[in-house]
Amino acid sequence: MIDRRLLTNFDWTLFGLTLLIAAIGVLNMYSATVSYKLIGTPYFLKQSYWILLGLFLVVLVCSIDYHLLEDISYWVYGVILLLLVLVMVVGKTSMGATRWLHLGFINIQPSEPMKIVIIMVFARFFNGYPALQGLSFRDLGHPLLLLGGPALLIMKQPDLGTAILVVLIACSMVLYVGVRWRTAVSVILTMIPLGYGVWHYYLREYQKNRLLNFIDPERDPLGSGYHIIQSKIAVGSGGFLGKGYLHGTQSHLRFLPEQHTDFAFSVFAEEWGFVGCLVMVVLYLFLILWGLHIAGRCNDRLGSLLAVGVTAMLFWHIIINMGMVIGLFPVVGVPLPFFSYGGTSMVTSMVGVGILLNISMRRFMF
Amino acid sequence: MTEKRYVRGNEQLRKQVFRLTVAASVFFFLLLTRLWYLQVLESERLKELSESNRLRLVPVAASRGTLLDRNGAVLVSNAPSFSVAVIPQDVKDKEALIEALVRHLGLDRTELLERWEKGKGRAKYYPIVLAQGISRDQLEFIEENRLRLPGLEIEMKPVREYPGGLLAAHLLGYLGEISEKELAETGFREYNLGDYVGKSGIERNWEKYLHGADGGKQIEVDARGRYLRTLNETLPTPGNSIVLTIDRDIQQSAELAFGDKAGAAVVLEVASGEVLAFVSTPGFDPALFAGRMPPDKWSAYLDDKRRPLENKALKGQYPPGSTFKIITALAGLEDGLIDADTTVLCTGSHRVGTGTFRCWERRGHGQVNLKKALRESCDVYFYQLAERLGVDRIARAAREFGLGEPMGVGLENEKSGLIPTAAWKEKRFGKKWYRGETLPVGIGQGYVLTTPIQLAAMIAAVANEGTVYRPHLVKRIIDPDGKVLREFAPEVLKRVNGKPGSFRFVKEGLLAVVNEPRGTGGAARLYEVKVAGKTGTSQVVKLRDGRGAVPYQYRDHALFVAFAPYEKPEVAVAVVVEHGEHGATAAAPIAGRILRTYFEGKGVIKRQARQGDAGEDDDAESPEESQGD
Repeated sequence: MIDRRLLTNFDWTLFGLTLLIAAIGVLNMYSATVSYKLIGTPYFLKQSYWILLGLFLVVLVCSIDYHLLEDISYWVYGVILLLLVLVMVVGKTSMGATRWLHLGFINIQPSEPMKIVIIMVFARFFNGYPALQGLSFRDLGHPLLLLGGPALLIMKQPDLGTAILVVLIACSMVLYVGVRWRTAVSVILTMIPLGYGVWHYYLREYQKNRLLNFIDPERDPLGSGYHIIQSKIAVGSGGFLGKGYLHGTQSHLRFLPEQHTDFAFSVFAEEWGFVGCLVMVVLYLFLILWGLHIAGRCNDRLGSLLAVGVTAMLFWHIIINMGMVIGLFPVVGVPLPFFSYGGTSMVTSMVGVGILLNISMRRFMF
Repeated sequence: MTEKRYVRGNEQLRKQVFRLTVAASVFFFLLLTRLWYLQVLESERLKELSESNRLRLVPVAASRGTLLDRNGAVLVSNAPSFSVAVIPQDVKDKEALIEALVRHLGLDRTELLERWEKGKGRAKYYPIVLAQGISRDQLEFIEENRLRLPGLEIEMKPVREYPGGLLAAHLLGYLGEISEKELAETGFREYNLGDYVGKSGIERNWEKYLHGADGGKQIEVDARGRYLRTLNETLPTPGNSIVLTIDRDIQQSAELAFGDKAGAAVVLEVASGEVLAFVSTPGFDPALFAGRMPPDKWSAYLDDKRRPLENKALKGQYPPGSTFKIITALAGLEDGLIDADTTVLCTGSHRVGTGTFRCWERRGHGQVNLKKALRESCDVYFYQLAERLGVDRIARAAREFGLGEPMGVGLENEKSGLIPTAAWKEKRFGKKWYRGETLPVGIGQGYVLTTPIQLAAMIAAVANEGTVYRPHLVKRIIDPDGKVLREFAPEVLKRVNGKPGSFRFVKEGLLAVVNEPRGTGGAARLYEVKVAGKTGTSQVVKLRDGRGAVPYQYRDHALFVAFAPYEKPEVAVAVVVEHGEHGATAAAPIAGRILRTYFEGKGVIKRQARQGDAGEDDDAESPEESQGD
């Protein structure tokens, strides 16, 4: 139950920061889609509805004690894992990937909740597994099992972006718990010959090419490279002060791919320039640091672990998406939290923020 | 509480938070550095790229694979087609441009404006096609005036060319612009809006072999849309050619033989199931479907009661009529109910219970044995036999020949026909099978339905004494380098249980049908080669005796199935003439003409000097045809 003490401790900083970023996102959404031929509700309005739904979820998640998450974590994990297997068997295929489960009245994409669920199970696992001297090689066995199933299933769909995220979230939490130096070194030492072997003996020529194109899109200027080049031109041509709101040529002439979803930030960068980007990057950085701050001041090990997990989720989304838009990383379908268009991403991010708020306002209870 | 146990663990975590803070900040700092590099250091160069040098991806269409007949004659190929397009962002004076096109190219103003309007939803650098298939003269005019009329472009793309015109249109199929629905399907991932795909026939069912892979050019153009240079180019991969089993000469001769009658014919190689001709008449012009179909043509196709758009060889389901007597006879011989000498007295009708079943010959055939029954198509003989066999036994015999189910020739929506059984009727109508209903089944009436391709496969299996080959249309696929990609071997669909004697007796009867006096198939006779066959006339509706002028759609269908040479069968043919009234007069002459062309091609029969060219051949009468009523 929510009592007065919880309301007094409500984390207005985090809440306000989230709203501010989402609001800028809506503003940018309007510009990104103004050149689209419109059918039905405009994107920026629909995005606003998603935000409202998200805020409702934030309140919902806040109102329960986050320790409940620990209790139900393995159950939820089991259910989502089962759904992932079901997707493999009877999933709905679109654009060459099988990600959706058709349940008559609703379509669900079980890989998305897995991002949150992996945080829950890892928090529970490490909550009961202190590893004061840091984790040894053998300590990594169980976490690896917990991670391996979902990661492989998601990879197989194929949904590379989500698979990478789930792995990165898990790795971040493991690093947070602490790993012995010897362990880290031996993990790296096993990876090198393994990778070499796979590259030389297992992969076919076309698979190697695809991988190389993925890492270096400029190799394939007609395919994925085209998007990166256009995005870089959009960002760079924005210059120091930007071309002005609604004046981006790259976006309005439709040179940009997916400009309302994965490349929404390049629309922003073109129109607001380095100054605008600086503001956005600082806002996101502040969000991440605040998440870590919540983790740090939490007296409860479970809360701390959950906070770091959620922060890592947001962090990797931001880094991978922005890195892709400015040509640092290969193109994988990872949205920018609160900024890219889409209900799925909005729900996940908002639930994450809800968990952070939850932990933050119960910090004095333990 | 439990958390107290891990206080030291917690202290450790706190320390980690600081490390993570540093790490996260480093990542964000990297992002900012990169943004600084792009937006400040590189910004001039990138601004230039965005302002004046626009990168564009121009698809280069792959040319589609050709379709050839079994001897390498071209059935469908490609020809370059030029179209006029505008790039909206480069147009300076829209009015002047439209004016020039109307005045010098003779294009229609409203249509031009309409197309322009339609293309507006897309990006401004994307060309809008205003007119397709323009002539050399028009092309020259545009080339000369391009500088004066900025924004005007010429696009070249390969389009389908049909040297045979309407020839085998149903089989070859036609192309059309890919639909939004198709684009959403997984099989069409590489396709773009505006691409052409096969919509029917071979073009549709072998799409993935024919289409090839489009190439692309990445070009750099300046702010006014003028081409500067090609940065990158991927060459298109042409589609594979498909060699069909069709023989163009036989196909053509068969289509001409139909004249303006509606119907279908299928010619098969007896020993392989290769389809030598696949005819459905009237035909349609596949070229019309690829462009803008003139509305009057379209409504003419739809209004024609002969249904030109329907593939009758595959989807037309007709009662087989007396051609089905072959099945009844084989079943009777197999069960020992009859032999060659068993005789039946035909008085012109046969009574079962209270019902009277008439022979087509009102006066009766007198004493009839198997050979005479087939030759003169005596109904009473087969009524009696059918009654003794029962409907389920007849159905079993028919199914052994592949009747009653699709043959799987590899074209879309093949029909299965219908072979009734007692159980089928029970299930379909919830009623018991009556003994009297078996009698019409024995002569291919009643509920029985077959498709022309099934009839052809059936007569071919009679000819080779028991092997039903799956009729197939594609002989081999050849890649653009001329290498054979796939080769298609004959495939045995079914084997008919039959004593060689049974087949011999039936075949003797079929020989008599064509070659003996009083035989119903005399119109298919050839003098150089022995033809064996069976006529059929199937009722469309039951009519009273009075034979007045029957309206077209109520007239009987005429059928004929045949094979030749009798001694060593090579070729089988099935002909259905819709509302042709009599198998003997409408269908048999067409089969005769088809067989003649086949043996002319083999050099067995000397080629007749025909008046003029194929195009004027419509009225040329071969001797057989003069027997027609």
